[in-house]
Parts: sequence; C-alpha cells; structure tokens
Amino acid sequence: MSVIILLLIASVSVAALFLGAFLWSVKSGQYDDETSPPLRILFDDKPSSKTTTKTTSVEKTNSKP
Amino acid sequence: MDLSSHTTVKCYHCGDECITEQIQLAGKTFCCQGCKTVYQVLNQSDLCDYYELNQNPGTSQRITVRQDKFSFLDDDKIQQQLISFRNDEQTHVTFYLPQIHCSSCLWLLENLHRLNAAVVSSRVNFTSKEVAIVFNHRATSLRSIAELLTSIGYEPYISLQNLQQAKPRIQRSLIYQLGVAGFCFANIMLMSFPEYLGLDGIEKEMQSTFRYFNLILSLPVLLYSSLPFYQSAWGSLKHNFLNIDAPIALAIIMTFGRSLYEVLTNTGGGYFDSMSGIVFFMLVGRVLQEKTYQQLSFERDYTSYFPIAVTVLKNEEEIPTALPDIKVGDTILLHNEELIPVDGLLTRGKALIDYSFVTGESIPVLKEMGELLYAGGKQTGGNIELLVMKEVAQSYLTSLWNKDEKQKPQQVSFVNTLSRYFTWIVFALAAAGALYWSFYDGGRAWNVVTTILIVACPCALLLSNSFTNGNVLRILGNNKFYLRNAQAIEEMANADHIVFDKTGTLTTTEEQDIRYSGKHLSTELTGQIAALAAQSTHPLSKLLAKQAAHYGKYNVQQFHELTGKGISGIVDQQIIAIGSAEFVTGRVTRQINGSSVYVSVDGELMGFYTIRNHYRPAIFKQILQLKKNYGISILSGDNESERSILQKELGDDVQLHFYQKPEDKLRYIKRLQENGHKVIMIGDGLNDAGALKQSDAGIAVTESTNNFTPASDGILEADKLRRLSSYLLFTKANKKVVIASFVLSILYNIVGLSFALQGILSPLVAAILMPSSSISIILLTFGASSLYARRLHLN
Repeated sequence: MSVIILLLIASVSVAALFLGAFLWSVKSGQYDDETSPPLRILFDDKPSSKTTTKTTSVEKTNSKP
Repeated sequence: MDLSSHTTVKCYHCGDECITEQIQLAGKTFCCQGCKTVYQVLNQSDLCDYYELNQNPGTSQRITVRQDKFSFLDDDKIQQQLISFRNDEQTHVTFYLPQIHCSSCLWLLENLHRLNAAVVSSRVNFTSKEVAIVFNHRATSLRSIAELLTSIGYEPYISLQNLQQAKPRIQRSLIYQLGVAGFCFANIMLMSFPEYLGLDGIEKEMQSTFRYFNLILSLPVLLYSSLPFYQSAWGSLKHNFLNIDAPIALAIIMTFGRSLYEVLTNTGGGYFDSMSGIVFFMLVGRVLQEKTYQQLSFERDYTSYFPIAVTVLKNEEEIPTALPDIKVGDTILLHNEELIPVDGLLTRGKALIDYSFVTGESIPVLKEMGELLYAGGKQTGGNIELLVMKEVAQSYLTSLWNKDEKQKPQQVSFVNTLSRYFTWIVFALAAAGALYWSFYDGGRAWNVVTTILIVACPCALLLSNSFTNGNVLRILGNNKFYLRNAQAIEEMANADHIVFDKTGTLTTTEEQDIRYSGKHLSTELTGQIAALAAQSTHPLSKLLAKQAAHYGKYNVQQFHELTGKGISGIVDQQIIAIGSAEFVTGRVTRQINGSSVYVSVDGELMGFYTIRNHYRPAIFKQILQLKKNYGISILSGDNESERSILQKELGDDVQLHFYQKPEDKLRYIKRLQENGHKVIMIGDGLNDAGALKQSDAGIAVTESTNNFTPASDGILEADKLRRLSSYLLFTKANKKVVIASFVLSILYNIVGLSFALQGILSPLVAAILMPSSSISIILLTFGASSLYARRLHLN
C-alpha cells in the first residue's frame, strides 16, 4: 500500500516541478516575443574580417535588466 | 498613360522604384542618397549579410533626417526619463523602431556592436518592435546611439508619450492562474479514477487518502485560480448588479463546501474534479478572450504623435526643450516634416502646412507671417519660427482629445442579461427543492440544494460566450481586422448606421489620380514638365514628376520656385511654368475641382492637371452592399469637389457632409445616437479621433499596422475595407452561436436538474455530466463560429 502513496507523492512532485518550470518561463518573458528567437538561431556568427574577436564574444549575453 | 512598356529599376536597399534618380555604386542601384549612405555604412563594417538574408530589406531614406534632430538627447532631464537603468559603466535604454519588419532588421540591430564598439549588447523584441540596447556611456552617448540607429535607416521613434507614462506591465497573473488550475485539475482527475471505478472493501483506507489528496490539491484552485471570478462578482455586487460571475463564484464556493463536508464526514468523494475542471476551462476561455494584439495600441492619444522636444530660440541660441517645458511667449524653430506641437503665430518663414491629420484636407495650406498655426499640422518646406500662444496641454488639438473624457456608458452585454434571469430561476428551483425535501426528508434538503446549485452553475453560458468571442476575435485578426475586446464584437453586431470618413479612409493617400485637360501635350513635353516638377519638393510637383518620370531625361536650367505658388524653368530652350492658376495665367480663378496645376509653355497656357484622391478598389461596391442593411453617412473635412461623383456612385440616400471639422464629426455621431442609432465610425486620422471615441464602435483604418492609429475599438487594414460587410455579418453570427450553445447547456441542465431535484444524482453521473457538457459546448462554439467564417470566406 505504502508504495502507492510513495508513487503518488513522486508523481505529484514531478508535475509540480513542471508547473514551476512553466511559471518561471512565463515570468522570465519567454512568451513575450515569439518571432525573434526562432530567427535568431538561424544566423551564423561569422567573425568579420575587420572587427576583433573580442567584440563578438560579448554579444547577446545580457538579458533585460 | 502607358506604363507597361517601361521597366522599372528597384532600389537595392529599400526595394522602391527608382523614379527621380538612379545612383549607381558597386554595381547596385539606389533610389536616393539616403539609401546609398546606409549601404556604405553597412559595407564599411562588413555587415552586408543584411542584404543577403532578405531582398531589399531596408526602408526608404528619401526623407532625410535633420543633422541635429537628436540634440535633445544630450539633455539630462530627458535622458533620465528615457533610460531604464544606469550604473557606473552601463546604460540600458529601449527604443521603439517602427521600421523593424524582417529577419534582416533583427540581424543588423543585434550586430550594432560591430558598428560602435561601445554598444555592449542589443536585443530586439520583434513583436513590440523594440530594441533594448546596453551601452558604455563613458565611450558613447545616448544621442550618438540614436544617431547610429538613424544612420542605418532605423530612426528611433521618440514621442511625448515616452516622457509621461511608463509602459503598462503585461498582465501575466491570468496565465499563472491558468497554469495552477491546469496542474490541480489534471492531478485531481487522476486521483478521482479510483472513486469512479469503485474500490474493493479492503482498499477503503486508500480511498480516504485519495480524497484528502484531492482536498489539498483543490485549495490552490479555490484560493488562487478563482480569484478573477470573486473579484468580478464582488465588483458587480457592490454596484447592486448581478453579473455572470456572481453565480459562478457562488457555485465554486458551494461545490467546495459540499465536497469538504463529504470528505470530512467520509460520506463521499466530493466534486473537486468538477470544480477545478470548470475553473480551468473558464480561465482558458478568459485568456482566449483577453488575448490582445501586443503590437497594436488601441489607446493612443496625442502624446504618441507629438515629438518629445523641440528647438526653442533664446538669445539667438537654439536650445532643445522638452515639450511640457514650453511656455507661452517662447519662440520655437520648426524644420521640414516636423509636427507643430503648440498653437502659435508664424513669425518667420513661409509655412506650407499639411493639415491632413487634423482636417482631412490632403493638400498643404500656405500660411503667411502673422497667421495663427494650430498644433497638429506638419510643416513641409523650409524652417519656420513660431511664437507660442498656448501651451501644449491647452492647444486646439489637445483639447479636442481631452474633451469628452467621460467614459462610454458601459453597455450591458446580452449574456449578462441572460445570466441574470437564469440565476433567479436557479435560486427559485433551489428554494422549491429545499422546501419540498424539508417536509419529506429533512436530511436530504441540504444535499439537494447544493447539488442544484452545482449542476446549474451558468458556467456553460460563460464558457460558450468567452470561447465564441475568443474564436471570433482570432478569425477576424487573421483577416487583418483587430478588435480591442469582446465588447466591440457585440457593439458592431448591434450597429445600424455606418459613418465613413472620406480622405484616407475611402480614398488612399498612397495613390492619386492625375488627369490632364487642355491642349495636346507631346510625350516629349510631358517628360520636360516632369523633369521640371522633379526639382521641387512640393507634394503636387512630386506627383507630377512621378507619373511621367519615364518619358526621358531633360536638363532644367534657371529653376525658380515661388513657395506655395509655382515653379518655372528652362527646359530645351522653352520656358515652362507650372503652378496655381494665378501663378501661371496671372488671373485669379475659383478652383473647385480638387487641386489643379496649370501649365504654360513659353507664356502660352496649355491646360491643367487635376489631381484627385484615388478611391480604394471596390469601395463603392462595398458601400452599396452595406447600404441594404445600414444607414450610410460620409463625412469629409475636404471641399465639395467630390460630391457629384460620390452621389452618382452611391445614390441619393447616402448622406454626404463636407467641410466637417473634427468637432462637427463628433457632433454628427452624437446626433445620430440621440436619434436612437447605434453607430460604427470608420476613420483614419487624428481628425476622426473624437468621432471614433464617441461612436459605439470606432474603427481606425490604416495602410499598415505599423502606422499609428488614433484610439479606437478596432483597427482594420485598409485593403480589407472592402470585406467590411462580411466582417459585420460574422459579428452577428457570434450572437447566434452563443445563444445556440446556451440552449444546449440548458438541455444539459434540465437533465442534471431533474436528477438533482429527485435527490438521486450520483457523484459519477455528475462527474461525467459536467466536463462532457463543458467540452461539447466548447466544441460547438468553436465549430460553429469557424463554419460561419468559412461560409463568409474568411480565413
């Protein structure tokens, strides 16, 4: 019997984990802009001939304040 | 005129046709210097991938931006209000760039650091067309960032609105509540299975464990996810009014109370599953209905049109000043293409004011020194100086916005009326049931009353309403007709009179009809006239130049322009003069037919061009179609020159009114409403703003949703105006679908109530009945509204 209780608790906590992940993703604004992320992933990070490598390494890591 | 024989060259940068000039650079053709400069800037920094991601991704640079336009960004006070964060090193700022439209834009704007090393990062939000830039303010300034963006063709749009209010935060609580309700609902369903399927005697112990689990899981639904219903119910009760949420809130609390009692006394499993399921579905419906079009704004007022700062002249110095700080008596300097922000006297320069935004009159007006200029006009031509007569908040246009601040009376939706009757009937039934059972079997009376209230909860009504509305809004949105909320659907469906604005709504500002009458002009001569016209920046000259630009190239000598009157010059040894009748012929004549441009060659009058607004395709057919079911009025700020054409096309029963000032339009709508009409107003500019607000459903027409539209209940893309009658039919269908699904839910209720009144409704039946009725109603509303859409050929 106690095994079922254990499983129950386990399943609810896994579900709760997903709920937490969902709430976090909404809160962090991941659904605010649904157009640019899928486009952004397609751009190649071609290092240009004139700019230094230093500038390319600091790009796009800062999120909104 | 024959256009087909002519092949056009497209600008490599913006994709526009190269009409007035063609600039060659590195094997590419550009339509203007501006486009070429952008290409050079990008080429220097090796950013030409911009052109490889999309064809002609740029925006036209033909209107050049003044050099020190952004000098106001050096002002600390203005900076403070624009930036969102600043520390010792970095400044964070968000700019609104209406030009963002494709993946090239995204790519270029996120590679800003390659153009200016002081930019730490830039990130685009495509939906809201914003770019968030982090830069090192020791190495660069806010102004140079704005100028950098301008130099690559993305001029930031900074308006007075940026100063005055913070952006409203996106409402996310409804989504959280939905997530929590979904989580609880799914788990409660899972744990209710043993209850439905029946357990063996030995497993009774398990049964109560499951029940307590359900009880715990239902608490977040009761205490958190249902909050919107409690709030709305409480709000309506405070105003002595019973809205649809009141019985729902009651049902939620009742269901929970009854279930709690059953679990604690170990008499049953309760209805936690139904309760959380209903809350979940209702929240889904509500989210659907409240899905807003983020990139559109339905609440614009004058502040989003006005600039943030203008140049004030003090002791021969040009000082950029924030608009709210401008005082009466200041002298302000306005440049070409700038909006007049305050009422003032013209003290220097010739003003050629484009008042199309305020009055609907599409041809610029010439103002002499000493004349009063009203805010809202746009200067086209050279610099002018104005003596400020009224502060921004008191200007003519601003007061027009602020007038009638009072809200539209909140219309009571027919769903609320329905639900009120429904609620009273349910209460009466519950009372009757309680009375009956208290005579026969006092113990069951309580059970019967709660079951009646649980089963008869008008959830189905709310569900059908919000799901239908949500689906209708979605379908209309797919068809480029964006409504602000569900209320607007009902207002549109109830309307019986449609008022159109003429200029910009029935006609398009993108195209003009040019007709020539007079002596025959050879192709050569037409080309020569166009070449002369190309020298001038006057809108009418530009039009002339555009329509005959491909008739060859000619050299113009001794070009002369008399602002607001006309131009002259020598082309191939002929003196050509074009302009107003007075300028060309020397005589003053009354012009009535739109705007005429007279032409003379070597002093001999040849004839005149008439320039008229171009009516949108199929617009007359559409109005004739609408005329069958609606009263139609057309209001125009323009002169009467179009009356005969409109009357001929549309018939005598269409009411036409010309010379309408913004207040006249507003008053006209008011008068219609006083006569008991429900009015839809369809307009485009600031001059329609008052009327749009006054009407029951105000719809703003726009060439592209990137443009600014005045406050309205809906935004319609201009080329869909000819589908208006289908859209109106569709909003009517909305009501039919809601009523049909309501009938279905009453059928469910009769079945459920007949069990409940007899006191024999088992938890299993209730558990099956309630979700299945909800789901079937959702399917019905979605199916029926989509079917209607297909019948009306909407996507």
